[in-house]
Amino acid sequence: MARINMVQALNMALGSEMKRDDRVVILGEDVGRDGGVFRVTEGFQEQFGSERVIDTPISESAIVGMAIGMAAYGLLPVAEIQFLGFSYAAFDQLFVHAARLRSRSRSRYNCPMVVRTPYGGGIKAPELHEESSEAFFCHMPGIKVVVPSGPYTAKGLLLAAIRDPDPVLFLEPTRLYRLIKEEVPDGEYTIPLGKARVVREGGDLTVIAWGSMLERVMKAVERYNAEVIDLLTLNPFDAVAVLASVKKTGRVVIVHEAPRTCGFGAEIAATVAEQGIMDLRAPILRVTAPDVPVPLSKLFDYYIPSIEQITAAIDEVLRY
Amino acid sequence: METRLRATLPDHELLRLYEQMVMSREFEESCAEQYTKGHITGFLHLYSGQEAVAVGATAGLHVDDYILSAYREHAQAIVRGADPRRVMAELFGKATGICKGKGGSMHLFDPNLNFMGGYAIVGGQLPIAVGLAFSAKYRREDRLAACFFGDGAVNQGTFHESLNWARLWELPVLFICENNFYGIGTEVHRSSALASIHKRTCGYDIPSEKVDGMDVIAVYRAVKHAAERVRETSLPYFIEATTYRFRGHSMADPAKYRSAAEHEVWKARDPIPALAKRLIEEEITDAGHLEGILGNCRTVVQEAVKFAEESPWPEDEEVYNDIYV
Ligand SMILES: Cc1ncc(C[n+]2csc(CCOP(=O)(O)OP(=O)(O)O)c2C)c(N)n1
Ligand SMILES: [Mg+2]
Repeated sequence: MARINMVQALNMALGSEMKRDDRVVILGEDVGRDGGVFRVTEGFQEQFGSERVIDTPISESAIVGMAIGMAAYGLLPVAEIQFLGFSYAAFDQLFVHAARLRSRSRSRYNCPMVVRTPYGGGIKAPELHEESSEAFFCHMPGIKVVVPSGPYTAKGLLLAAIRDPDPVLFLEPTRLYRLIKEEVPDGEYTIPLGKARVVREGGDLTVIAWGSMLERVMKAVERYNAEVIDLLTLNPFDAVAVLASVKKTGRVVIVHEAPRTCGFGAEIAATVAEQGIMDLRAPILRVTAPDVPVPLSKLFDYYIPSIEQITAAIDEVLRY
Repeated sequence: METRLRATLPDHELLRLYEQMVMSREFEESCAEQYTKGHITGFLHLYSGQEAVAVGATAGLHVDDYILSAYREHAQAIVRGADPRRVMAELFGKATGICKGKGGSMHLFDPNLNFMGGYAIVGGQLPIAVGLAFSAKYRREDRLAACFFGDGAVNQGTFHESLNWARLWELPVLFICENNFYGIGTEVHRSSALASIHKRTCGYDIPSEKVDGMDVIAVYRAVKHAAERVRETSLPYFIEATTYRFRGHSMADPAKYRSAAEHEVWKARDPIPALAKRLIEEEITDAGHLEGILGNCRTVVQEAVKFAEESPWPEDEEVYNDIYV
């Protein structure tokens, strides 16, 4: 057990899985010699060789497409896209092929691949380097979308993702890479995909978040009797856990750093409205970014949901 | 070939090329300082070392030709005529910035100068350049689209799609690949099956040439000639300019993947002192005058920093503007 940050936890998970299973192969731009933009794969090319830790050309579409082929024929590729905002050229391979290989081949082929990518705000660059476009990928039946919220969940979820028989988009909140340290076991453990975790129990309301917003939510709820759910997997999301909590509290606030319209919060709200409306005592509120591209530096503080906005939403639902 | 400077351009134009290179270098080095101080945030990709490409190429184009580039584009915008103060303010994220301080280093636009953008997505600008060229041709205008991109961009699908289409539809596009031999930490020969980039155009039947991108005069001549040819024939042309960035990929990159020896070789070919030497040798000017140019550029850059520092931040509500009409 050591106190480590998320970069170290991811490095640990990848390293141990590379050692355990020689079908695991890493590919991406500068993941080898340079160790990746955020140094998650540091040292791996020396350790495992350049056939298993592959520096690729700048060809996102081929990175994902290659991974599909590798996965279909006995390997367990872990592809890295340098930022989620750079994945759009690979959207086609992901949505059209990775997501559908199982269904198209009627399960005679499957696609056990992982695409890891940093996402969300945190490095004070605008637009593509800060984007939180997870909802696009949740609209792809056949792809699992996973978001850790710290070092501990990062390791357990990544191991589960690599071992999962279907394609997983693994979104690493950029802001968290080095922000927090947690106790992380040295040995193997997995956190099941599709399961949320209750990180704080409470009776007055349920706050739902994931990724980097969780840290902010935990600060915001300090003086409330709030239950906090960390979704961990967005697709398929753990509706059971959400509905059980709503049954208890009757009030819901959903927080995400993505723009509001068609953000993943809308899906959660719709599910609660469909299946839990009788438990609700207040309208479901969303705290989100506005429907605009991520702006630069100073305006980013306005763009990203603040603790004040979260507490204002909490106060609002508590008034009912 | 006549190699004396005066055979290429009149004295005042030669001095302007020199000044533009110095201005670019001073601007970039000042950006590095402002980044270290925390005034510029995010990713900052500096152009130091590659000045001869932007300066020589821009001089070889017409002012109404479109220019598109990637994210290492401050110098390209400034050489084209963008106000250094407003470019610096943009990098600071200030309201007076050339894009209202919302886009920063990688997304500079200036329609008055037909500067059609910085693009943060590697290879993103290429099809857009082809579309601009299509419009120019459709509108029967004598304009071309000059599209800069790095050696890393040539393995994106957009590169191949764009070259094919430009040739197929006979469109006036001048492709300019700035080959600085690295895409972040990956050398060209580790990412491209055919590392001699200009040869890759044969699959699209586009004529191409390689030019020494450390020699501003060579770049100027090549681009001027190529642009004339594109205009006359309405066919695309491709230039590979070999060059080197003196700094890391971005300010976040210590560039450990390059050897000191390699760096020294290229440093010795720095395009600025190289031109200075020739200007003096050929008695176009003297060292004192060149010092004066450096001093003037420093003043302009200092003023740009001061302007950026003193400019206001954008209002919060500014984020809602410019999304729709
Ligand atoms: C689609 C996409 N993939 C990856 C990146 C990250 N990235 C930014 S610059 C760069 C290297 C590009 O190299 P090159 O085209 O040679 O230009 P240079 O930086 O050398 O000027 C990479 C991989 C990006 N911006 N866009
Ligand atoms: Mg390059």
